[in-house]
Amino acid sequence: MGLIRYLRRRKKDAELAAELESYIANEFERNLAAGMSAEEAAWAARRKLGNMTRISEAVHEMNTIGFLETLWQDLRYGARQLKLSPSFFVVATLSLALGIGANTAIFQLIDAVRMRLLPVRAPEELVEVRIQPKADHCCSGNFSNRQPHLTYPLWDEIRKRQQAFSSMFVFGDYRFNLSNGGEARYADGLWVSGDFFRTLGVQPVSGRLLTEDDDRPGCGSPGAVITYGFWQQEYAGDRAVLNRTISLDGHTLPIIGVSPPYFYGVDVGHRFDVAVPTCAEPLLEGEDSHLAKRHHWWLAAIGRLKPGWTAASAATQMNAISPGIFEATLPTVYQPDTAKYYLGYRLTAIPAGSGLSSIRRDLEEPLWILLSIAALVLLIACANLANLMLARASTREREIAVRLALGASRLRVVRQLLAESLLLAAAGAICGALLAMGLSNYLVMFLSTERSRVFVDLGLDWRVFGFVAALAVLTCLLLGLTPALRATKANAASALKSSSRSITAGRERHLLRRALVVTQVALSMVLLVSALLFSRTLQNLMTLNAGLRPEGVVEVGVDVSRLNTTAERRTVIYRDLLQDIRSIPGVEAASSSGIVPVSGQGWNDRIQILDGRKAGDVLTNFVSVNSGYFQTMGTALVAGRDFNDDDRPSDRKVAIVNEEFCAEFLKGKNPIGTRFEILPSPGKAPDVFEIVGITKDAKYLSLRDDFSPTVFLSFGQDPEPGAGTYFLVRSNLPLAGLREDLRRTIAKQSPAIIVQFKSFAAQVQESLLRERLMATLSGFFGGLACLLATVGLYGVVSYLVARRRNEIGVRIALGATRGTVMSLVLREATVLLAAGVGVGVGLAIALGRAASSLLYGLKAYDPTSIAVAALFLGIVALGASILPAYRAARLEPMLALREE
Amino acid sequence: MEKKKTGDDRLEMVQGTLDMLILRTVLLAPAHGHTIAHAIEQTSEEVLQVEHGSLYPALYRLEDQGLIASFWGTSENNRKAKYYRITPAGKKHLAARRERWDELVHAIGLVMGPATE
Repeated sequence: MGLIRYLRRRKKDAELAAELESYIANEFERNLAAGMSAEEAAWAARRKLGNMTRISEAVHEMNTIGFLETLWQDLRYGARQLKLSPSFFVVATLSLALGIGANTAIFQLIDAVRMRLLPVRAPEELVEVRIQPKADHCCSGNFSNRQPHLTYPLWDEIRKRQQAFSSMFVFGDYRFNLSNGGEARYADGLWVSGDFFRTLGVQPVSGRLLTEDDDRPGCGSPGAVITYGFWQQEYAGDRAVLNRTISLDGHTLPIIGVSPPYFYGVDVGHRFDVAVPTCAEPLLEGEDSHLAKRHHWWLAAIGRLKPGWTAASAATQMNAISPGIFEATLPTVYQPDTAKYYLGYRLTAIPAGSGLSSIRRDLEEPLWILLSIAALVLLIACANLANLMLARASTREREIAVRLALGASRLRVVRQLLAESLLLAAAGAICGALLAMGLSNYLVMFLSTERSRVFVDLGLDWRVFGFVAALAVLTCLLLGLTPALRATKANAASALKSSSRSITAGRERHLLRRALVVTQVALSMVLLVSALLFSRTLQNLMTLNAGLRPEGVVEVGVDVSRLNTTAERRTVIYRDLLQDIRSIPGVEAASSSGIVPVSGQGWNDRIQILDGRKAGDVLTNFVSVNSGYFQTMGTALVAGRDFNDDDRPSDRKVAIVNEEFCAEFLKGKNPIGTRFEILPSPGKAPDVFEIVGITKDAKYLSLRDDFSPTVFLSFGQDPEPGAGTYFLVRSNLPLAGLREDLRRTIAKQSPAIIVQFKSFAAQVQESLLRERLMATLSGFFGGLACLLATVGLYGVVSYLVARRRNEIGVRIALGATRGTVMSLVLREATVLLAAGVGVGVGLAIALGRAASSLLYGLKAYDPTSIAVAALFLGIVALGASILPAYRAARLEPMLALREE
Repeated sequence: MEKKKTGDDRLEMVQGTLDMLILRTVLLAPAHGHTIAHAIEQTSEEVLQVEHGSLYPALYRLEDQGLIASFWGTSENNRKAKYYRITPAGKKHLAARRERWDELVHAIGLVMGPATE
């Protein structure tokens, strides 16, 4: 067997050597016996045997697999070469490791978020049912959760009429409060319909999972299923967990089962802790329940295709049954034109084998851009190393020429030269893969915020391995192939001659080096420009005039649902709480608000302005606040008055609007005193409001959006305040102390009030997550690229100077000054730099255009960024060239001329 | 890999026959390389002058093919030597080659005809 023989070939070689020795000995004695002298006998014995080397080789070749043997030889030779220049090896491996590691980490994230299939049975059969994304004016109403695609009545109708799926389910994420009073402690929950676990084909680790029977309408107190992780964390893996209960928002549910460790639901990027049947939603949510509401969107639906059905055929069927479904579920609160849009929606079916993901939506574009940036960095590192490999190969010119002349095939020599780059690529890939594991964990940590912890399964799968291997091979080829091919192409005769003093020899090879350096500089330019663009975007967003001052403000979320009180009582409670909070020493200002700005929460409605003109109704944003809100937020009141604490629901309703509202809807007229009404649901009387004040503009939903018209209503005038609200508190006290004071104050009112604290400034920061990600990583890569390009430029300039030693020696001997020589070298470096920067600018503009949606306050071809990047790169690179130039200028002409 | 030189061409032509000779030599009794080399020479009355060195690759090849088997033993002058003996498969192979050889000789003889005067 070939392989066994191969592994034992050394033993065979030894055996043969012994055999041949014994032959010589026997023949020697035979010759002695025949009468020859000792010397003659020995010589005759050797001659009789023939060429021992050839015999050994012939037998050895039979025992070996030629290809493997030579490959192993090449690798050992390459390893020896690398050991001889350890600094080169370390630098090369580091730069490759960084390049490959960065690429792999980002790819791992992309793979986990986008490409990997769910860890459930036959994920390719899973399909999501939702309204066509391009639908006209979708959708109106209230939205909650991460995937608000359907309402519950819609789901009901779909379930009754669908034909394409063997089973279907809906789900919606929700945060349950595990504590019964005081500070909130949340578990990530999932509302699921009965067939959730059955459709996904998940088996319980303990107990049983939810079934259709658990999800009957009007279920009293159903069971809950907890996940393996939650079981370990919260119940310490208690074996008797099935006898225990879980408290969700004050309601106690029995635990009926535990789901397996690998199962995290179908929302990629998030885990859940507990699953509760949707029929329990009215019980747990009480008056806030959305189950019966036709205009509350909070669910997403997934089904498993029947055999023979595809996503396309399912989509057709969904489209066909859509009209009936939407007619049956038309919300009664809709205005006529909203209703018209609703009836025009159509359902479709989209493959969902890799799950649904909100983070995919937010992060996909930045991740792909980051991957391209990382790829560029790797290219730069490779170009650097290729230049260095060219230099190394050129020092072996003579040796290679000898080999070629002795009959080695070109392929064989190229293979030997490639072995070194193969080793480098392998070392870089292994280190890079290790680095990637840490980097990707860091990335995920970076992306997690307190409110939404990102969880991504970063396990390695074949795609990631394939990616790393492909990168390694590509790198190896990029690094090694060109130098190897060039070196073996050499005209043997001319290479064997000592390197001549002619200046013209080897011009061609210099072109490749120069091209490599120009490429490096160009790519670095691109990366620097992108780093500047993203950093300035972040800076713009962080320093823009948001119309608010977030520093020093604390959000206190308050939930009074456990108190089971009436609406009027709640108004009193809130008023009292606000008064108590305001009297805490150190609190400068406090107010309550229905929503918190720049948090992604919003509320809009259509209003009709009652000013005599018959203008149509307009859409505007709303916030429900108290007096002192503007003081707390740091928004200036421009005209009119603030709300009073004494405003009651029975008084005339008042409102405050911002300047944008005035500019857009009340052109030129005096806003104070103007009245408007909110368009009500059909059959109800409209509420009329009078404007009593104007404020400066402030950001509403996010920092990126422009100022939009906003109406502030008086919280105290709200006849039906909800079960929860926010208090915004401005204070100079440190956060920890303030939290304690607030907690005590609120607990004094009632210990069953649930509170949650957050620093407003931190929340605004979190809304800039994407921008921070891009700025940080692109800045890091830009710096890295600059460093690599500098090293590359230094290397090439040194090399070119070394080649021109003779010429420079002659010049100095003929009277050139140091200054002239330095300018000679620097001129060469400047030409390379200028070419690189020129190409780089063009590329940078193109890249900027591709990423323009991620920029803010800048154009893609922002001249300042480009100028700064060019200047920075120029200074740094020229600095790198000064050293070789200086060394060239200090050449002793006699030494230079005498050297070969 | 270098191209084979003319010396090896000569060897290739004899290779099939060399195998047969070796098998015949060890048919009756095991022998080591040195003995086999001289046996072929002497038994052919010094006509067949095969390069002794080329025997060893042939021996290895035969061993690989399972036609002979090797073992280490002591030679006549008390040295460790590698002995070769024929295997049953080798015996069958030898018989087949001998038949073919006889056919070949007969055929050549027919073509050449009786010796002319």
